[in-house]
Amino acid sequence: MEPWEEEEGPEVVKRFMYVNRRAPYGTIYALECLEVVLIAAAFDQDVSVVFVDDGIYQLKKDQDTTAIGMKNFSKTYRALDDYDVEKIYVEKESLEKRGLTADDLIIPVEVVAADNLRDIMAQQDVVISS
Amino acid sequence: MSKMLHLINKSPFDRNALDSCLRLAQAGGSILFIEDGVYAAMSRAASAEDVSKRMQDLNFYVLGPDVSARGLDDTPLIDGIDVVDYGGFVDLVVEHDVAQSWL
Repeated sequence: MEPWEEEEGPEVVKRFMYVNRRAPYGTIYALECLEVVLIAAAFDQDVSVVFVDDGIYQLKKDQDTTAIGMKNFSKTYRALDDYDVEKIYVEKESLEKRGLTADDLIIPVEVVAADNLRDIMAQQDVVISS
Repeated sequence: MSKMLHLINKSPFDRNALDSCLRLAQAGGSILFIEDGVYAAMSRAASAEDVSKRMQDLNFYVLGPDVSARGLDDTPLIDGIDVVDYGGFVDLVVEHDVAQSWL
């Protein structure tokens, strides 16, 4: 066995949750987190992505950034499915406060109440928030 | 007394800039929502009621390019808010004596 080869062992899969709390263009957090999620998804871990607070604005349909000269990265969320990231949660309370519904979002999501999201969050091994 | 243009560029759900501005803006002035501040111009947002309360004594504007970028072109605005483009932004700055950014 060569030194760079890893010893075969039982595969450890950890539960990673990425919590998005920021609107898409006012700061760089949203784009950076999306890139981290796509990279992390390549490592065959159990990945969940959560959108709460202003993070839900990242998923708003019909974004057109032509006039502000920034990259429209909203369509990249559709790639999450291709990376087998299928656990995508949106907090119900955050949607309601902003007057939005799941129909306003660019991808299908699971809308969960804070009570349920709390339990899902508590089951994670690693939680990364931005 | 100077006529003031207030610039709000933060989401009303993330920061309290809008609250402070609504509390402290002198009647006759104007508020322009830009960047993440445009979320405050949406009529279905929970913050809309506070904005509506000052619709009588302040002028309200929202920057169109920032509305489009955030996918809000078809989302109803609060009644009485005018959409301006970058040229309109410049006009507002010129028409007012002072511009204050609520960072």
